[in-house]
Amino acid sequence: MTLLDDFMVRALLAGVGTAVACGALGCFVVWRRMAYFGDATAHAAILGVALALMFSVSIPVGVLAVALAMGFLIGAVSGQTIAPDSMLGVLSHSALALGLVAVSLMPSARIDLDAYLFGDILVVSRMDLLVIWGGAILVCGVLAWRWQALLAEILSTDLAHAAGLSPRLDRVILSVLIATVVAVSIKVVGALLITSMLIIPAAAARLIARGPEAMAAYATAIGAVAAIAGLHGARAFGTPAGPSVICAAAGLFCVSFVVGRLRGS
Amino acid sequence: MSLISAENLEVRHGATRAVFGVSMAIEPKEIVTIVGPNGSGKSTLLRALIGAVHPAAGTITRAPKLRVGYVPQKLQIDPTLPLTVRRFLNLPKRVSSAVARAALARTGVEALEGRQLSGLSGGQLQRVLLARAILNDPQLLVLDEATQGLDQPASADFYRLIETLRDELGCAVLMVSHELHVVMSATDRVICMNGHICCEGTPAVVTAAPAYRDLFGTGTGGALALYRHRHDHDHGACNDPDHRHTHDHEEPATV
Repeated sequence: MTLLDDFMVRALLAGVGTAVACGALGCFVVWRRMAYFGDATAHAAILGVALALMFSVSIPVGVLAVALAMGFLIGAVSGQTIAPDSMLGVLSHSALALGLVAVSLMPSARIDLDAYLFGDILVVSRMDLLVIWGGAILVCGVLAWRWQALLAEILSTDLAHAAGLSPRLDRVILSVLIATVVAVSIKVVGALLITSMLIIPAAAARLIARGPEAMAAYATAIGAVAAIAGLHGARAFGTPAGPSVICAAAGLFCVSFVVGRLRGS
Repeated sequence: MSLISAENLEVRHGATRAVFGVSMAIEPKEIVTIVGPNGSGKSTLLRALIGAVHPAAGTITRAPKLRVGYVPQKLQIDPTLPLTVRRFLNLPKRVSSAVARAALARTGVEALEGRQLSGLSGGQLQRVLLARAILNDPQLLVLDEATQGLDQPASADFYRLIETLRDELGCAVLMVSHELHVVMSATDRVICMNGHICCEGTPAVVTAAPAYRDLFGTGTGGALALYRHRHDHDHGACNDPDHRHTHDHEEPATV
């Protein structure tokens, strides 16, 4: 395992793993308009980091737990008198603020806040790789299993009911998967930009894809290229990992936009 | 034996009773139309029958292994989801190309197979939805306000297509409509609803029933007569060339 001794190799594997976890799931975030939901879940991650340190559990476990709690909280309060986007705004920003306050109360030596907000590639351990790839495989596996049902439910929940599917269960599954992606992506992209890793590759893929499967595949590929390019850039220019990766993804979105336009005309 | 039956069905939306005291049954090969004013619980009844909402009281009995083909009122066609007609027919179960083509041919839209769902007109989409619903050779075809957004001639064509499908596939049809004047001629039995079943029977019986006239007034009787008149004559009777031109464009069957 000498290859894994190189921190850059580990960082790149982590980046590609994050892209794999985000690619297909990001398509559902775009199709089902869950961007705000993703934001709220991701922003809750900082609170998860603080709680994990407080109770001495591993960080992905703490993040996953809080992200899951956020997902279910959103499910419980949605459909009330406040519009869903406002409600998600309340939860999203409250979670972020609460997380930042909680972190500031910790002894300062114990936490590098920037690393969790913007990603950190210098300290990707083998354990991190295991968590990221384990999460990516889990997310993709579940999506493959529920793929047909999830697509049918986007089009019409009544149609899905008539076919004997249970849209409610699949909504819960999607929330759990998003929480999982937040937990595994925080290392590379950081809490602030996790949603963009879900949305930008998927949106870029939409411009060139004609089918849902192709869109998921393109999104994964675009995410992977963005991760590799962004991490190299971060190393070369000493810029933070997450923003660098997202800048690369944004660049690919522009390319895809132009390609889509040229093809369309 | 009935394909599906409801006994004393009650469905609630929160505190309000949307449907109550409904007992009904659908027999093989009959076409049943549920009519009623807005908010009369027609769609709710349909959704309870297909299992999308749970009844607060009463029972629903289905024939063993009943195959239901469902045509939803509308599809959430998000332009962010790239989906061809062919791929759509694979949801939620994959079907062979031969089966998909045969279904599209039956509803007159075989030419649309490779088109994106988001680029279809209302009439084209309805026929694609209908094609999807007959893929599993249903014993019962259920349609919820299937002609919303279609103009009257297009709706009439659509209902004629339903009748043809019933004859060819031998399925029963249960549909909800507010366009009673258009749908009446193509139906065996009408159930008139306003929370509960006000009256039911053949179109002639229902339109003459006092309960029906209370709900819809007598004006619709005139519309029905008008429609029957038009139905007796072919569409070719319309000789205005401009009108025919647009008409042909809107008609999915001619694509």
